[in-house]
Amino acid sequence: MPDSDTTARHTIAVLVDNEPGVLARVIGLFSGRGYNIESLTVAEVDRSNSLSRITIVTSGTPMIIEQIKAQLSRLVPVHKVHDLTDEGPSVEREMALIKVAGKGEARIESLRLADIFRARVVDSTTDSFVFEMTGSSEKLNAFIALMEPLGLVEVSRTGTVAIARGSGQF
Amino acid sequence: MSAEPICGADMVIKALVDQGVDVVFGYPGGAVLPIYDSLFKQNAVRHILVRQEGGAVHAAEGYARSTGKVGVVLVTSGPGATNAVTGLTDALMDSVPIVCLTGQVPTHLIGNDAFQEADTTGITRPCTKHNYLIKDVNDLARIMHEAFYVAKSGRPGPVVVDLPKDVLFALGNYIGPEQVTHKTYRPQTKPDPARIAEAVKMIAAAKKPLFYGGGGLINSGPEACARFTEFVRLVDAPCTLTLMGLGALPASDPHFLGMVGMHGMYESNMAMHDCDVMIAVGSRFDDRVTGRLNAFSPGSKKIHVDIDPSSINKNVRVDLPLIGDCNEVLDALLKAWRKASPHSDGKARNAWWRQIDAWRARDCLRYDRGRRDLIKPQYALERLYALTRERDPFITTEVGQHQMWAAQFFRFDKPYHWMTSGGLGTMGYGLPAAVGVQVAHPDALVIDVAGEASILMNIQEMSTIAQYRLPVKAFILNNQYMGMVRQWQELLHGGRYSESYTAALPDFVKLADAFGAAGRRVERPDELDDAIMQMIAEPRAVILDVVVDQEENCFPMIPSGAAHNEMLLGPADKAEQPVSEEGMVLV
Repeated sequence: MPDSDTTARHTIAVLVDNEPGVLARVIGLFSGRGYNIESLTVAEVDRSNSLSRITIVTSGTPMIIEQIKAQLSRLVPVHKVHDLTDEGPSVEREMALIKVAGKGEARIESLRLADIFRARVVDSTTDSFVFEMTGSSEKLNAFIALMEPLGLVEVSRTGTVAIARGSGQF
Repeated sequence: MSAEPICGADMVIKALVDQGVDVVFGYPGGAVLPIYDSLFKQNAVRHILVRQEGGAVHAAEGYARSTGKVGVVLVTSGPGATNAVTGLTDALMDSVPIVCLTGQVPTHLIGNDAFQEADTTGITRPCTKHNYLIKDVNDLARIMHEAFYVAKSGRPGPVVVDLPKDVLFALGNYIGPEQVTHKTYRPQTKPDPARIAEAVKMIAAAKKPLFYGGGGLINSGPEACARFTEFVRLVDAPCTLTLMGLGALPASDPHFLGMVGMHGMYESNMAMHDCDVMIAVGSRFDDRVTGRLNAFSPGSKKIHVDIDPSSINKNVRVDLPLIGDCNEVLDALLKAWRKASPHSDGKARNAWWRQIDAWRARDCLRYDRGRRDLIKPQYALERLYALTRERDPFITTEVGQHQMWAAQFFRFDKPYHWMTSGGLGTMGYGLPAAVGVQVAHPDALVIDVAGEASILMNIQEMSTIAQYRLPVKAFILNNQYMGMVRQWQELLHGGRYSESYTAALPDFVKLADAFGAAGRRVERPDELDDAIMQMIAEPRAVILDVVVDQEENCFPMIPSGAAHNEMLLGPADKAEQPVSEEGMVLV
């Protein structure tokens, strides 16, 4: 373990039994022990075995990150814990729905920028758009920042999901 | 698979029997009536009726810690479950295997704020190792067996099974324990052989080795303790134990330095500070052990044996983690050590033992006997130990000064004889824990070393003691103060004894009498031996109210925020070392 007090961001994937209370257990562990949650997503990924995958983006010193992984691993319904940040290359994506309202030049500009960022229009009225956009969290942040002066109304984001590159299985 | 479907309540009892449970500590109520009805119709499982659910959990803890078996609790929904929360947290902190069955309102009423409804699984999630809410009677048998498996496997802990009343009435199929395997939970028990070899090398090369054993050894069992003792003797290194680990190495062994930590022995703490290789076995570098972290054993390489990977590098960075069950790890270490038969640096080791002897010569438990008509608490415990040791007593304690003095002055040669609330520090633990110990060991001498404040927190259990004619002995060191609170107020808060004095205490002799026990109060040192002998000889329960010096403080002591080599050995030391501001905010 690197001997360091530097805080780093880690994306941790957790495979759990899809049973009542499992998400509360994970969230309670983070709040009870004072760890950060930057984002957390959860959904069932294996129906026949009733498994869900939780993706947590957190930050901490190497000692804290090691603790987080050890604490997650010892929860009884947890099957596997993987630190995607540490264990080789991975792909991270997030989706956002972004509502922008405006007329005239601002409206056209928002559409032009959406095109550059490869956002899709999923709802439109004469004075608003809802854009759907998928990408890295940074890309989403950049687009949302650009929409701010153009009439940004609200944002809904999924939080990060991630998967390791290559043919390996979780 | 049983041929006939049976009701959930019968299934609960059947599962308990199949898990080898012979006693349950509990308190009935509306939601668990079906289970009590099933209990009534059988004789395999004995029920001990406590007087408050908190007492039931501590009793089960006492039972578990003195036998190595799983302690079982049965309480009703709502207040029954919430009263159990302190005990569950206590069991979690001290890794005690407990299965706690809680009643619940029927499934269709869950979430409706029904009478005696509480979100038991929600409330107990952070204070249990795991918990279950059973919604289908056909899951009941499996979950019961899983609960026992989870409670005792890996690092033991409390497991709650929440049982809605309609599930207890419903009919379903029972399956036995042999048909149940947990889907995921497989704690690692065998260590990595490469690391065992590395550990042997590190220990052999040590000039100043030190063993630091903890409660994990007790949990691993008497065999683990025997192997630990064998290994300590083989390596011929000094050994200290934590509060929870007392008895893992015989106190009479010359390698034993005494307890470590805030009120541990001077020689233990100095050795911990100065050692060059520390072998931690089933101990967790708790803040009561380490003192100020950045000054903790600065020159040592650390080997850490623990079954719980989350214990590794939690507080203190270690050099060589050995994940596994203490018993298995020690077995591997013993074999590897014998095979390598390494030579250690005899000259350096001799120098290390000479240093340790010099620390021992400070005689850190020495105290001033003071006035002839006043009992010092240390003296009371010295006499209690001297007069009971031949009887191999089981000692439980409450929490505070008396607990630390008991840990200092009692010397345990075996595991399972010392029951105390270490991690959570739960006042009121000792009396109900003694109930559990006495139920498990009906003919043994069971003593609750108590303070007058702590024992009042669960004094209602005297009624349980009366009902089952348990000959529990409550040995109260009565200084009329919450002694440890008073001590900290003296050392840290300018002697302003805010609310730590109990102005109205019961007459403990009359209180004993009211519960059918024998009571005696002693105030003079020359009465003490006779009172203790009388207490031992008394076939009934006894409350011995020992009036002790109100001002006595517990030493030695590492003040909060201080390092191991900054110990205070007695009252005279205190003026020299004011507690730092960082130390003040620590508990």
